[in-house]
Amino acid sequence: MMGATGERRSESAARRIAPAFDPVRAREDFPILRQRVHGRPLVYLDNAATTQKPRAVIDAVSRYYEEDNANVHRGVHLLSERATRKHEEARARVARFIGAADPREVIFVRGTTEAVNLVAQTFGRTRVGAGDEVLVTELEHHSNIVPWQLLCQEKGARLRVAPTTDAGDLDLDALEALLGPRTRLLAVTQVSNALGTVTPIDEIIRRAHSKGVPVLVDGAQGVPHLGFDVAASGADFYAFSGHKLYGPTGIGVLWGRREHLEAMPPWQGGGDMILSVTFEKTIFNALPYKFEAGTPDISGAIGLAAAIDYLDALGLDAIAAHERDLLAYAVDALAAERDVRLVGTPRERAGVVSFLVGDVHPHDVGTVLDRHGIAVRAGHHCAQPLMQRLGLAATARASFGLYNTREDVEALVRGLHAVREMFA
Amino acid sequence: MSELTDLYQEVVLDHGKRPRNYGPLEGATHRAEGLNPLCGDRITVAARLVDGVVHDVRFEGSGCAISKASASVMTGIAKGKTPAQIDAIFEQFHRLVTEGPGGVDGDALGKLAVFGGVHEYPTRVKCASLAWHALRQALRGGGDAVSTE
Repeated sequence: MMGATGERRSESAARRIAPAFDPVRAREDFPILRQRVHGRPLVYLDNAATTQKPRAVIDAVSRYYEEDNANVHRGVHLLSERATRKHEEARARVARFIGAADPREVIFVRGTTEAVNLVAQTFGRTRVGAGDEVLVTELEHHSNIVPWQLLCQEKGARLRVAPTTDAGDLDLDALEALLGPRTRLLAVTQVSNALGTVTPIDEIIRRAHSKGVPVLVDGAQGVPHLGFDVAASGADFYAFSGHKLYGPTGIGVLWGRREHLEAMPPWQGGGDMILSVTFEKTIFNALPYKFEAGTPDISGAIGLAAAIDYLDALGLDAIAAHERDLLAYAVDALAAERDVRLVGTPRERAGVVSFLVGDVHPHDVGTVLDRHGIAVRAGHHCAQPLMQRLGLAATARASFGLYNTREDVEALVRGLHAVREMFA
Repeated sequence: MSELTDLYQEVVLDHGKRPRNYGPLEGATHRAEGLNPLCGDRITVAARLVDGVVHDVRFEGSGCAISKASASVMTGIAKGKTPAQIDAIFEQFHRLVTEGPGGVDGDALGKLAVFGGVHEYPTRVKCASLAWHALRQALRGGGDAVSTE
């Protein structure tokens, strides 16, 4: 009894004294952030495009090539066994990270774009026919529009688009009204890459499922800031990229419900995705290999698992709390600037703030900021339909990662003063 | 390191803010649209040719300071020139914005010399060339949209 109480007390004491997440310390884990750009310390605010990589990820990739490199699933020798084991451990790590019950539901792909294309070309091609509909939203990145457009063109199907409000939120009732008897799939983002809008994804999935419509969630921007629990959400597919999650480029994940993946035809043909091949007939391999033709990005998968381990060690909740606090600080700081106009004022926001400075073109904003060492994105953010909806050609976008600080936001604001001075 | 003021010279900023020859051209005989897929900027250039000479040329659209200033200065220079003369000037201008002022015929450039800082900013070369691509496309009688890609 005493022991149990004592244990409980020490546990909660440990929780209290657990060091809070310290972004300044975390910065030291990212070698690239130490450099100067145009003579100024680098302020990297383009994390929605890609995040920087911690030493742990760089080392994991190097170590793989220095110690374990071999092809997977075919060698009888030790290196191949090690490479295979690490590759499959990475898959299991990803599965745990997104709450997938079965690692076989985790398909390694090049990135979110390839994941969406895979679903369009397999699930889509077998489920969508002439006169059917695929529903997307105005918030989507081109990579969650164009694969569906291609599919609809091929099948004589219709691409429907759920609208956003002026603030940049999805209009849920309008979305629900578009879920009709011919809707074969809803493809929707978890977080808008252009505005930072967090979509009410659980509610969207609930409404789609109540009409019998499966849902693909684009988690490219969502997973780094919010994570995702595939089991709790009830989603049918979830796609994300490793390189926006502090992992390497060239690796990404498609998670799908096992019953969908089992029913889907293979996508690319080649080695690894077969059990046996004759010129008359090929028997396809089981999940997940059915969708992984050819030698996979082994080091990428290992690097992605290392990134997840790194984030886990820092504490996902602590990182999320820091990012929320920093984003709110940035939004307030930008809103307080008299000539800055925020683009999109969604109810809930993650990672991103889009803005305009007076009538200065975003490209000019980006160039001046760059010369002050500040990296932001300027342009249409691969979301031209959304830009058209907002009546804009482009915006400037600052996007945050775990290593950003209030000092970075202050540098951004000073940079905007320089923009104003130059173009006054 | 080049200074920002090498790119954004006074003349460039002035033309970016108050572009000359901006707006629709009545009686245009040639027209083309320039599109920069990188940023979504669009500029339409319209020209009126009389006896093989550009009598008037104007532009419309949205763009950054560099693309607007370039279009503005270009329209001033193109007036009174033949398409062949414009091609020759563009050749010098393109060399200027990609390689810098060294080895470029300064006399041919005239006012275009204010774009001498662009070559230090590789991502902005397309902004500076956008209107030129559109004008040359228009004069070739194309009239379709041209892309900087």
